[in-house]
Amino acid sequence: MSAPSVAVEPREHYLNVDYGIRSWLLTTDHKRIGILYMISITVMFFIGGFFATLIRLNLMTPAGDLVSADTYNKLFTMHGIVMVFFFLIPSVPAVIGNFVLPMMVGARDMAFPKINLLSWYMYVIGAAITLYSIIVGGVDTGWTFYTPFSTTYSNTYVFSSIVGILFAGFSSIFTGLNFIATIHKLRAPGLTWRRMQLFLWSNYATAVIMILGTPVVAIALILVAVERVWHIGIFNPALGGDPVLFQHLFWFYSHPAVYVMVLPAMGVISELVTTFSRKRIFGYEFVAAASIAIAVFGFLVWGHHMFVAGISIYSALLFSIMSYLVAIPSAVKVFNWTATLYKGAISYRTPMLYAFGFIGLFTMGGLTGLFVAALGVDIHVTDTYFVVAHFHYIMVGGTVMAYLGAIHYWWPKMFGRMYPEGWAKLSAGIIFIGFNVTFFPQFLLGYLGMPRRYHAYASEFQVLNVMSTAGASILAVGYLLPLIYLIWSLRYGEIAPANPWGSTGLEWQTTSPPPTHNFEETPTVTEEAYSYDKHPEMEFVA
Amino acid sequence: MWTDFPLWPARAANFADRVDPLYMFLIAVAVFFSVGIFLTITIFAIKYRRSVHPQAEQIEGSLAVEATWSIIPLGIALFIFVWGASVYFSYGAPPKNALRIYGTAKQWMWKFQQADGQREINELHVPVGRDVAVTLISQDVIHSFFVPAFRVKMDVLPNRYRTVWFRPTRTGTYHLFCAEYCGTSHAGMIGWVVVMEPADYEAWLASGGEGSLASSGEKLFRHFGCISCHRSDKGARGPDLAGLYGREIHFQDGTTTVADENYIRDRILGPRPPDKQVAGWQRDIMPVFRGQVNEEQMLELIAYVKSLQQNPLNVNPNAPIPDEEQRKRNPQVAPQVIQP
Repeated sequence: MSAPSVAVEPREHYLNVDYGIRSWLLTTDHKRIGILYMISITVMFFIGGFFATLIRLNLMTPAGDLVSADTYNKLFTMHGIVMVFFFLIPSVPAVIGNFVLPMMVGARDMAFPKINLLSWYMYVIGAAITLYSIIVGGVDTGWTFYTPFSTTYSNTYVFSSIVGILFAGFSSIFTGLNFIATIHKLRAPGLTWRRMQLFLWSNYATAVIMILGTPVVAIALILVAVERVWHIGIFNPALGGDPVLFQHLFWFYSHPAVYVMVLPAMGVISELVTTFSRKRIFGYEFVAAASIAIAVFGFLVWGHHMFVAGISIYSALLFSIMSYLVAIPSAVKVFNWTATLYKGAISYRTPMLYAFGFIGLFTMGGLTGLFVAALGVDIHVTDTYFVVAHFHYIMVGGTVMAYLGAIHYWWPKMFGRMYPEGWAKLSAGIIFIGFNVTFFPQFLLGYLGMPRRYHAYASEFQVLNVMSTAGASILAVGYLLPLIYLIWSLRYGEIAPANPWGSTGLEWQTTSPPPTHNFEETPTVTEEAYSYDKHPEMEFVA
Repeated sequence: MWTDFPLWPARAANFADRVDPLYMFLIAVAVFFSVGIFLTITIFAIKYRRSVHPQAEQIEGSLAVEATWSIIPLGIALFIFVWGASVYFSYGAPPKNALRIYGTAKQWMWKFQQADGQREINELHVPVGRDVAVTLISQDVIHSFFVPAFRVKMDVLPNRYRTVWFRPTRTGTYHLFCAEYCGTSHAGMIGWVVVMEPADYEAWLASGGEGSLASSGEKLFRHFGCISCHRSDKGARGPDLAGLYGREIHFQDGTTTVADENYIRDRILGPRPPDKQVAGWQRDIMPVFRGQVNEEQMLELIAYVKSLQQNPLNVNPNAPIPDEEQRKRNPQVAPQVIQP
């Protein structure tokens, strides 16, 4: 494209319709709220990443020479809290979902635009309280808040951390409410459930988990606060409580929370794979149904976090078999994405590279899930670095790869500018390599027996730890590059056309950036999603 | 140089032979599927790249294909489930004749007590080739007893005895880690398990010790005044404890339980629920000992009560031991259960 030579008429869109800080802080435009979320979670991501950097640097030596044990314990706790509650959970739903979901259903906005804004404020209040807890001294319970340590023994800022997480939880509930209401009530004429893009299906499933699960973790954390502040015996046996009860309540949400992180990411991958192979998805119904199956079965597997915690052998059996059942729909999705490539017209643009990265790393994360779900093996590997590696493959290798893929994919729609392709491909490659060098050695460390949350460790673990730290520094470069070139592209990037990827997605059938009300006239849907054969005119122009 | 860079933990107990084969199988499954998907994607991505294959062919999907790649992984998953469960079962109840060792975990150390009196901190000596059962309780937060070379891990809970067992197969010194995050010095809550030849183990046992656990327990039994009520003569205000351990206890509400370590501990500490009054005995006579007996003393007391099984030592060692018939006829004289 030779954009500069074409005279671009000044056109009103959601970014230039109004200026000034008030127009952003009081906006009810889902696109602007998506951007607000993007800025907020980016800040939190780099704070959480800073903690991760210190963790990895500390673990370069067996004695843990960089920081004290107390500081280290706070670092991994705050890394977990910030990354899980303030980056991963809101990442794809609150940023990408907010921005594209109403457009995908052909609506002018979310069903409840003001609640949508309230959701962001809840997030910001929660983030502010969490940052306050960090600045005044931090918290050292681990992001899991296991009792009775969190209720009785920790001398850190447990209460304020819990309050921060509660606010984040409500922001998540409000987002889920909006997704469900919007998908039910605001679909464009002709957009039947079976014609919906798969991103909608997966975010619908996510929203169900958000609404049903988040209140339970809120209750669990409130009970921790009650015992901590008023010494009412709930979890501490010295007060007549049961410490294992907390683990049930906590994981009842926090295992489905993994699916809150990964289901929307799966939705992104379905969009990327279809767009960049110009093909309809292989087995649409199965991919859509798999999202719902994951959401339902995901609620019945929490006990697999507790195989050595003192649950009965029979409940362990049930939780183990349920964990294997929930693996099947995830596997089905991976197979369908792979089959979608067959006889496609595949282009290797940056978003597609992230999709390939996601499939590879998520597959590794899923397959190592078979290890930890196997009762006999889990006894050995639970609470070791094997588990740390496993869930980072899912959450970072999966969710973060998909989030970055989504950011690059929808960047032209968001800001009307293209990102620089060369730099973007380079950083995608750096991230993939850095990620594997960081986390693959941790599988080995785990089976060797290095426990997680160790400030210092036995010297025979050092080589693998140094490898991991080296990988983390590669990864850090990979994450900083997009921050720089994406900001650069806002001003200097090529002007993006309305539909640079030639996608059939409804969100691309409007200008870039879209007008405040998304579409000049309400679109009518007459065909299934991903009908590339019917639209040769939607060409790949980027 | 590879001694500094191991890829496999030592295999020093029976469970290593159960866990490692399943682990190997899982690696095979993981490699098969990840390499399969990686190769398929690579082949498709090259063969159908847009420059050589500009026109995609639309394919709806296929029920047969979906069913195949659902059912085959499901079968493999269920196979792994059954295998994993069978390994898990082998970790269950310890063999009857296992060597019993007791321990307490607290921020941030491990304490172990051998039955005949050896006490150790952050070290655990065990004989090779013999089943060993370690009963553990925490004095504060949740800890986890983890010996990688044994493939053994068990969370150690406050207020509840849990028992883990293993049979060491190789002499040597192996890491003991706390695997459940427990506060500041979690990473320092580590120690060594020393597996010795049986003869060396016996010699080590004989080298120290301050009297057996049960004999220390007997002193506590007198110190806390337990002995003034729990006796076998007419002045007893609580049940004679001889033979208590392992027996079925009848409560006044008609329910029963078996007197194991957790039961004895709960009854000593109290408070005891009114409807769980032991049948035949008056309520509220026994003081509540919560906060007065620490976990190590509790282990000694329990060891003493258990020792009364074989050795019905009592206030009056010459007093006749009441037989079962007599107990049934008159529980006040010869009660078979502890009186709360």
